Amino acid sequence: MSELIVDAWHAPVPEAAAAAQRVAERAAAEGRADLYYETIASPLGELLLVASRHGLTQLHYAGDDVDAVLEDLAAARSPRIVRSAGATDPWRRELEQYFAGRRRTFEAPLDWKEITGFRRRVLRATAAVGYGDSASYKTIASAAGSPRGARAAGNALGSNPLPIVIPCHRVLHAGGGLGGYTGGLERKQMLLALEAGDAA
Amino acid sequence: MTAIPFQRVLDDHRDDVWRYLRGMVGAQAAEDCFQETFLAALRAYPRLRPDSNVSAWLLTIAHRKAIDHTRRRREVGLSAAPVLESVPAPERDTTIWSAVAALPPRQRASVLLRFGGDLPHRDIARVIGCSEAAARRSLHEGLKRLRETL
Repeated sequence: MSELIVDAWHAPVPEAAAAAQRVAERAAAEGRADLYYETIASPLGELLLVASRHGLTQLHYAGDDVDAVLEDLAAARSPRIVRSAGATDPWRRELEQYFAGRRRTFEAPLDWKEITGFRRRVLRATAAVGYGDSASYKTIASAAGSPRGARAAGNALGSNPLPIVIPCHRVLHAGGGLGGYTGGLERKQMLLALEAGDAA
Repeated sequence: MTAIPFQRVLDDHRDDVWRYLRGMVGAQAAEDCFQETFLAALRAYPRLRPDSNVSAWLLTIAHRKAIDHTRRRREVGLSAAPVLESVPAPERDTTIWSAVAALPPRQRASVLLRFGGDLPHRDIARVIGCSEAAARRSLHEGLKRLRETL
């Protein structure tokens, strides 16, 4: 008797997956979670987008560490994290347009709340560097109010939570050297080539 | 505070919560109860202690939602028994679910939690809000009835 119930219970329930997705999207539509994420494909590989109620809060070159990133966010910010295509859609669309060469500035809101102090000033200065343009680490440091802080500015850029949309790839060495990049120099080169109008 | 993103809780437990609700209220009403269960869980989730039994916690919420649903049906004069839809399932399973659906709610819950959710008597008692002895009795009665029906 009990084995019959156990067997019947374990029959697959594909409708549960669909119902779970509806729950996550409803939570997003009604603002019931604190963080929403989605992974999207891009010419630079898979990207992980994380949005809060204030805007896009993190963008990662995803690789295999999506789970680790989400666990860190759960510990540091809130465990109320759900996957939602709907909640991340504005940034997905703008990024797709950007990679297609049809967008030069990002308009969907960014969440600056978690970005504070010197790092905030550096990233604000970086956000002001236009498409296809570039700035030196020294220029960015000066704009952030610390003319001799080029190295510190480099570190702040290295921990940019929103690469691509806060264009740290546009910050180069004064001599023309590429400098560093969170996602690897190859990606930095690809972004610069895209903005220069060269086929990547 | 737990460091497991809620999405993983949803992914890991959605099937069992769905099965439990389908057994308790039928496949059609299960959708609403399922949504209510996980939205309530999402709200309370940051307060869940890290050493909690997540499965039992979710089933407790699901049980409450199922009972609320049954009560609402009764209040508007509808049958409190779950409505079994003709979902494509092996015939043998359909027979079993019909028999389980015919049990009184507490026996139905005990049987589902024991043999589906694989919960020990202590957790069954906690989920349905009764003593362990009462949970054992419900389970025993439920199984006896099922044996007579099937």
